[in-house]
Amino acid sequence: MAKIQLNGKKISIKSNFSILDLVKKYNLDNKKIAVEYNGVIVPKIRYKKKILKDNDKLEIVHFIGGG
Amino acid sequence: MFISLEVVNLKKDILKIANKKLYSRLIVGTGKYKNFSETAKAIKASGASMVTVAVRRVNILDKKKPILTDYLNPKKIIYLPNTAGCYNSNEALRTLRLAREMGGWKLVKLEVLGDKKTLYPNMIETIKSTKILTKEGFKVMVYCTDDPLLAKQCEDNGAVAIMPLASPIGSGLGLQNKVNLSLIIKQSKVPVIVDAGIGTASDATIAMELGCEGVLINSAIANSKKPVLMAQAFKDAVISGRNSFLAGRMQKNYFAIPSSPTKGVI
Repeated sequence: MAKIQLNGKKISIKSNFSILDLVKKYNLDNKKIAVEYNGVIVPKIRYKKKILKDNDKLEIVHFIGGG
Repeated sequence: MFISLEVVNLKKDILKIANKKLYSRLIVGTGKYKNFSETAKAIKASGASMVTVAVRRVNILDKKKPILTDYLNPKKIIYLPNTAGCYNSNEALRTLRLAREMGGWKLVKLEVLGDKKTLYPNMIETIKSTKILTKEGFKVMVYCTDDPLLAKQCEDNGAVAIMPLASPIGSGLGLQNKVNLSLIIKQSKVPVIVDAGIGTASDATIAMELGCEGVLINSAIANSKKPVLMAQAFKDAVISGRNSFLAGRMQKNYFAIPSSPTKGVI
């Protein structure tokens, strides 16, 4: 188990959970999102190798309507 | 009798921003619509080839909620990521770097706000950000005040398009300073696009007649009673204003000049 912060909300995840696992868990299309891990943007090719640990802060963003 | 008309070849009159060809001079925002279906219909009616989009957190609680990209295909229409809601350079840079990671977008709209009530841009932070983003390889279209000196500084720091406001964002007050806009148009070597404040179709025509290369509209379409019809109105208004600009208006005279010959009056 690890406790992380995702988009401002505290969530619990299994241990050894990668960014890619998280993206899959939330049914997200990785072509349509960008991920920031502890303030640093993570390239898509590294989603699989980046294992999440306690207190990590993650932001997942996408495009929405705007002017 | 055969009448031949000499017309400007409008197919050759294409707006280019940082080597990207835009087949419509109307750029449309995608915010404030009732739903995505209305957004998609209005954008289709507008004929726009570029739309602005915002970068926000994914809603992780609602996995099945529809998303913008389901309705507007980024492969068919150019997405112009913006930095709406950013109040300093760091926030704007963070937003656009994330946008670039999302889809390789280099052409972006920078908007660094300075005041919540007027949504006026903070030009010091804007110019600073333009410089950094340009160094990082971004092509930056810059939302700015209608001050010619500051607009020039945006251009000098790498802006690929200058986007002065007509009046405050979402106000619908129309073109409040045509003289300043004209000065900016005359001095700029990159396209000038009026962004923000346009209230109705005729405002867009006037902006185009002044010599703007394009207009960016969101609220005037989305907040109208019939957004799809208003989108069509803006499409026509922008084409009309552009043609009028290219045709060159007649000279103004203080006294009347008869339209019919004065010779041969019975």
